[in-house]
Amino acid sequence: MTGLWSGSSGLRGTVGVLVGVLVLWEAAVWLLAPAPIILPPPSRIWIEFLDAPRYFLRHAWFTLSTTLAGFALSVVLGVGLAVAIVNSRFLERIIYTLLVSLNSLPKVALAPLFVIWMGTGVEPKIAIAVMLAIFSIVVDTVLGLRSVDPDAIALARVNHASPLKILVKIRFPNALPSLFVGMKVAISFALVGAIVGEFVAGSAGLGFVILVAQGQFDTPRVFVALVLLGILGTLLFYLVEAVERLTLPWHVSQRAVADRDGHG
Amino acid sequence: MVACVEIRAAGKTYASPRGPVTALEDVTLAIAEGEFVSLLGPSGCGKSTLLKCIAGLEAPSAGTIGVRGTPLAGPPQGLGMVFQRDVLLDWRTILDNVLITAEFQGKPKAALAERARALLDRFGLGDFQDRHPWELSGGMRQRAAICRALLCEPEILLMDEPFGALDAMTRDDLNVELTRIWQAARRTVVFVTHSIAEAVYLSDRVAMMSKGPGRIVEVVAIDLPRPRPLSIRETPEFGRHVAHIRGLFAALGIVKE
Repeated sequence: MTGLWSGSSGLRGTVGVLVGVLVLWEAAVWLLAPAPIILPPPSRIWIEFLDAPRYFLRHAWFTLSTTLAGFALSVVLGVGLAVAIVNSRFLERIIYTLLVSLNSLPKVALAPLFVIWMGTGVEPKIAIAVMLAIFSIVVDTVLGLRSVDPDAIALARVNHASPLKILVKIRFPNALPSLFVGMKVAISFALVGAIVGEFVAGSAGLGFVILVAQGQFDTPRVFVALVLLGILGTLLFYLVEAVERLTLPWHVSQRAVADRDGHG
Repeated sequence: MVACVEIRAAGKTYASPRGPVTALEDVTLAIAEGEFVSLLGPSGCGKSTLLKCIAGLEAPSAGTIGVRGTPLAGPPQGLGMVFQRDVLLDWRTILDNVLITAEFQGKPKAALAERARALLDRFGLGDFQDRHPWELSGGMRQRAAICRALLCEPEILLMDEPFGALDAMTRDDLNVELTRIWQAARRTVVFVTHSIAEAVYLSDRVAMMSKGPGRIVEVVAIDLPRPRPLSIRETPEFGRHVAHIRGLFAALGIVKE
């Protein structure tokens, strides 16, 4: 994983590429002079942000808190559902089938329904974020809970361990690496869900900012919101990855990273 | 006198997509208290299945298995088990891996921590108790797995090809260590292996098994004196036992001569 956090050389490279793209962009706009409504230069976008930083940060904070709430709820509900699925064939058939059919529906099409049910506050946005994020959590956690060495279960049974102990001491730690895979996908989906919710109805959040700016043909403002969204998404992803590193120092994937960093 | 483990006409038939498969047929064997018995045979002879039945992990589809006079319904009390793979949990230190037996059984961990450390010391792992399994060699990991099985002082120790995945030298080491602790505590041990020499070196009796379906074809008593140093394997008596068993397997068409 060449992430922002895996050493200063990776970070330097990423920043270098970003600066290069910005310089090219600025130069291209200077040379080709497209209409400002089509493509503003990065400097113009920066000025737009400096014009009202509080406004943008307030809306970014709303989107961030919606995303985090939706994500947290998906993890709690998703892990609960996964445990239920793994423990009962009956529940597996029902919940799994329902989840798969729910996931095959385009969530954007469901969003208006949530607004009707829950109003225009933060609740429908969280609900949509959960709907988008929960699937990968459930699927990956189920996989992790299932892929336990049968001998480890035999060992527990020989020692008369209760099903709860088997879950807590073997199945759950064993599922953590897959849970983190699911969470890394889910955190991005939760952000998408929050924005979808803000698009459909609402008066706050970066999605709302984009919608309003679009109505006024204020392209620089749209770009500021997009850049902030990009930063949010990236930071959230690496936040999950950082937590993963702290939680799973024992896992093969983390040991491989440590080895490579150690030698590189 | 009641045998420690008594297997009477036990059979095990599995359902498979291609019809029922008989893994075990008409196995009868009585294992005395404190006896070291090996189940010896080629792969697929049902020796691991038989061990799982004794452990109460699987129920025989015919016959009965009793432990100390009580017919089995699930794993009996006072059982320790060692598998071919060490099954150490990567997220626990070696000490915590050993202590998991106590956690499973609901025994106080603090009281057993001292015993766990002593066990690890005895198996040469004292300096590694705070390491994680992936930092240890295969032999050290299997030693830790044996400590884990011994933690709660099991009366019966079941070992399913525990040294099968180790190199020959590590295997010798562990054979010696196993006889040493067995000599000291005299627990009942049922040991699954496909190595004739290993079975002869360790056992009081060797139950020879054949496959298709799995059954016991012969039980051979090993009257070599104890304690047995590793060099006993070079003695004519040891060679005679090995040759005798190999000859029986050959006569039955299980191994080629």
